[in-house]
Amino acid sequence: MMDEISPIIEISGLDMYFGKFQALSDVNLSVETGEKVVICGPSGSGKSTLIRCINRLEEHTAGELFVDGVELSEDTRNIRDMRMEIGMVFQQFNLFPHLTVLDNLMVGPVRVRKLSKVDAERRARKYLQRVHIPEQADKYPSQLSGGQQQRVAIARSLCMEPKIMLFDEPTSALDPEMINEVLDVMVELAATGMTMVCVTHEMGFARKIADKMVFMEDGKIIETAPPEEFFNRPKSERCRMFLNKILEH
Amino acid sequence: MPNIHNASEMVGLFKRKVMGRKFRTVMESRLVSIVLYLLVIGLIVRILTTGAAAMGYNWQWYRIPQYILELTEDGFQLGELLRGLLVTVDLTIRSFVLSVVMGFVIAILRLSALPVGSRVAIGFLEFVRNLPILVLLYLMYYVMGPIFDFDRYTASILCLAVYHSVLISEIFRAGIQSVSFGQWEAARAVGMSTPQCYRYIVMPQSVKFILPPLTGEAIHLIKSSAIVSVIAVAELTTMGRNIISDTYMSFEIWFTVAAIYLVFTLILSIFVTRVEKRYKVMS
Repeated sequence: MMDEISPIIEISGLDMYFGKFQALSDVNLSVETGEKVVICGPSGSGKSTLIRCINRLEEHTAGELFVDGVELSEDTRNIRDMRMEIGMVFQQFNLFPHLTVLDNLMVGPVRVRKLSKVDAERRARKYLQRVHIPEQADKYPSQLSGGQQQRVAIARSLCMEPKIMLFDEPTSALDPEMINEVLDVMVELAATGMTMVCVTHEMGFARKIADKMVFMEDGKIIETAPPEEFFNRPKSERCRMFLNKILEH
Repeated sequence: MPNIHNASEMVGLFKRKVMGRKFRTVMESRLVSIVLYLLVIGLIVRILTTGAAAMGYNWQWYRIPQYILELTEDGFQLGELLRGLLVTVDLTIRSFVLSVVMGFVIAILRLSALPVGSRVAIGFLEFVRNLPILVLLYLMYYVMGPIFDFDRYTASILCLAVYHSVLISEIFRAGIQSVSFGQWEAARAVGMSTPQCYRYIVMPQSVKFILPPLTGEAIHLIKSSAIVSVIAVAELTTMGRNIISDTYMSFEIWFTVAAIYLVFTLILSIFVTRVEKRYKVMS
């Protein structure tokens, strides 16, 4: 089904409106399997909207969006199959507060992937180990720190064994001293060859893992470049100003 | 702050303040409250008894116990009023279960992304909510009953269930909507369908918002059930009316019927308060 050479995410001419407001206009982006893409830009530039379109939490208005060779369209069955292959980490974690950490990790594999409880638990413990908090399995999310919660959220997505991971400002809601523990987990994940699309302002992290940097403003992609070129020789004036502002302090 | 011109005025103000505070502490004490309650109740009883005496009403309280518990040759049997209460309880339970099911369906329809679903739900909601319950009962008994061939008991259950399903659907809707939108997104993001989102993620979290007002609605339903006495279903209120038509003891019987409802709903109210406290602690 999937052509090895074709990109795993292929976005072309994407438009998205919230009522009259145009949130995305003519966005073109392709992501290869195993590629790490970091999207940055000022707030309100459409970064989150773009990655939320990739797993169809937002519905694009025009243009084409292919994930793993399948076009995302009205058909909800194909959307759900697709979402199993796309992990999503939210800014606000969105863990399920009524479930223990272990159950948070198991509910997707058991209910959606139809894994047996034994297999799902084995998998859950494996990924909890991977995010370095195996000892928190029986706690409830509210008993964990923000950084731990976000790592649980990452493990929850990984338990579905997705082909792509989307990160929507995963460290923006965290206290400064917890940011690194989450970024470390993400760097380790990047090293496993996972395809990742991250919206983040953590430029040190971006430099470390990104294969491709994307700069957005007003719903448009202004610049796409490899990180070395992006940070040292940004082409657009707007991008240079943005980088100066966030790298200054 | 009043203007103070001399020392004596200042002393007066001070006295008034202290006295005011004393007066309030005295008024808020438990003993004073009990005395006040007793006074008010005594006054009401006095007005009633003098009024009844002026009418020449002949109180016959001694004849009441037989309607609660009857002594026959087989030993004690439930009297007519308690048999009526059992019917009220049966009616309440059946219509409550049905109205919870209906209320849930209406709430889900109302919240569904399908415009047809939400319009049907809102249409039904507005139709039922804007009818007097008595008219709804007549519609069920005199119109739907003959058409679909069901008896007065079924008509009563349906009327109560439909009327309360609308109120209960609003409780469900509020409960479901108090679960944050991020929960839906996280559930969808792992590939859950809408029923799965409801079942595994949203409903378990909204129970704590739903259960307390839902039990309150059960109490409301018990009280509404008295309306079915107009189509002569043999529940508590009907029983009371029947006894009065035989004995003309309207004062004693209505007081007794009111007391039975009161005891029954008070017990449930205490239970509701417990449930509310428990869920407050949990959240």
